[in-house]
Amino acid sequence: MTKGLSTVNVAALTLGFAFLYLPIVILVLYSFNDSQLVTVWGGFSTRWYVSLLHNEQLLEAAWVTVRLGLLSATVATVLGTLAAVTLTRMGRFRGRTLFSGMVYAPLVMPEVITGLSMLLLFVAIGLDRGFLTVTIAHVTFSMCFVAVVVQSRLVSFDRSLEEAAMDLGCPPFRTFFVVTLPIILPAVVSGWMLAFTLSIDDLVISQFTTGPGATTLPMRIYSSVRLGVKPEINAVCSILIGLVTIGVIAASIATKRAENERLKAERAAAAGR
Amino acid sequence: MALKPAQKALGPIRRSFAPWLDPSAVPLIRFENVTKRFGDFVAVDDISLDIHQREFFALLGPSGCGKTTLMRMLAGFEEPTSGRVTLGGKDLAGMPPYRRPVNMMFQSYALFPHMSVEQNVAFGLKQDGLPKTEIAERVTEMLKLVKLESFASRKPHQLSGGQRQRVALARAVAKRPKVLLLDEPLGALDKKLREETQFELMDLQMELGLTFLIVTHDQEEAMTVADRIAVMNHGKLVQVATPGDIYEQPNSRYVADFIGDINILEAKVAGAGPAGLSLAVKDPAAPITVAAPEARPADGAEVAFAIRPEKMRIAIEPPPADAVNVLKGEVWDIAYFGDWTKFLVKLEGSDTIMRVSRANATRTESAPIAWDDKVHVWFAPDAGVLLTA
Repeated sequence: MTKGLSTVNVAALTLGFAFLYLPIVILVLYSFNDSQLVTVWGGFSTRWYVSLLHNEQLLEAAWVTVRLGLLSATVATVLGTLAAVTLTRMGRFRGRTLFSGMVYAPLVMPEVITGLSMLLLFVAIGLDRGFLTVTIAHVTFSMCFVAVVVQSRLVSFDRSLEEAAMDLGCPPFRTFFVVTLPIILPAVVSGWMLAFTLSIDDLVISQFTTGPGATTLPMRIYSSVRLGVKPEINAVCSILIGLVTIGVIAASIATKRAENERLKAERAAAAGR
Repeated sequence: MALKPAQKALGPIRRSFAPWLDPSAVPLIRFENVTKRFGDFVAVDDISLDIHQREFFALLGPSGCGKTTLMRMLAGFEEPTSGRVTLGGKDLAGMPPYRRPVNMMFQSYALFPHMSVEQNVAFGLKQDGLPKTEIAERVTEMLKLVKLESFASRKPHQLSGGQRQRVALARAVAKRPKVLLLDEPLGALDKKLREETQFELMDLQMELGLTFLIVTHDQEEAMTVADRIAVMNHGKLVQVATPGDIYEQPNSRYVADFIGDINILEAKVAGAGPAGLSLAVKDPAAPITVAAPEARPADGAEVAFAIRPEKMRIAIEPPPADAVNVLKGEVWDIAYFGDWTKFLVKLEGSDTIMRVSRANATRTESAPIAWDDKVHVWFAPDAGVLLTA
């Protein structure tokens, strides 16, 4: 057994990380490119970030995306949590498997089909396509992700906690808010974050269900790339990457800290008995 | 960190407490022909049971005997399939758990992990909408009662098992329920702590003057804490009596066997004997004479004679001449417990093993009984009970 890093290991690691991160690094580097041409290095500059601030179209699209993400993730979290609670709580009945399978179907459904079917629905009921229809579509496909995350937490939830609350005089509805929800909150929050992320970077379904005045950032980026990549796009993407990275790091630090604190407390309790 | 309330003269109260013997006493809790079915499975089968105010009542039985279901019907988590449950004369049918004046201490303790000890204890009081100052007062009082004042702001996961158990107890009694239900309350504690806590529970019950209903599969626990015990099996009550009666007067082979150690000899009634009734034991074929029970079984009836190990005598030398029931055998095995020694004696001319125990009243013996010794085992006619069920 050899310890440390052998040449092969180092090579494998480098290749692996290069495979994962090289495209991103290049994108970020070129966002600071002074040249008009995306592929030719013309010196360091932040001019594309500045010009981004004046690109009304991109800013507008970004604003639409954020609003859409916040709104659809929130609605999807409420609906997905309800679905998860119902699925875990209701007893066995005929067709239960089919029912729970149907909630998860959008997980594996090709986006094109989801998008197309939503489009057909909106056309059929005569709903004008716009911000409302994209939001509905995003809620539809992201709520099942929330349901999966929340349900996996609920399965290990000790129901005697709810019984204890009711036994102490708390009606069922209030019990959900003062006992169940606080305990499953981490799962609900990660469900929300998942839904938000999914909504932010969705292109296909948005493309099908959107209408005038509701162009999202991915759609704007995609359509401008078809006309040729502008360094501005690199700048937008770099900002997005930065935001996501900060979010992920913050979340993992918070989780780690909570875990450490819990362990420390438990050790203290074990020592103090 | 034992909970030791000031010693009070509880003896006289305990000794004279027997409302179940008083025909004019009105029970607090009544189960009337209660049946509970889960699909095809009958968890509780036509049970009628009265529990009196201030009683410490134990439901005892193996897992799956329906004891927990019976308790959950009182708490309101299950509705009876048929029959009635009343509390203080009021039918509980259709009353949800959060309106019932009973509180439960859960087997898993079910402490709210996101709340501090204080908030856990205050939870029930808050639901009643009591003023804040009164809640704070009651919480302090409860934490003092279970000796956890200095742990008020801790979270449940920062407590040891014994401390959690006490928080659960404080939370359940904080609302001063009419009945406190305890579902295997001490199951998660180690033996020493469990014994201590049993006595604490009894003192707490006397102090608060509440009615306690405990569910347990641990017969020692039931015997220690309860005023009366209901032994259950397959959803039915087998015997309801005081711990002493359950132990000394079991009404069936099941109860005799479930509670403590016992020898059961299958026999046939042979007729009248010198001490009441003469029995012909089947294996080994030997006559014994026993005190006749009130309902004397007919001659030739199949019965079982049950005798506890400590009600028998054992010696190498022959017993005194007036000893009536003498059996001979060989020491098969010896278990030394310190306070007691238990001898397994293989009876002569049979494979039957009798368990005989002897108190180790002295530290040394001149001629101790050892393995393979030929011994005499004897007992008085009234030392055992005759079982027909």
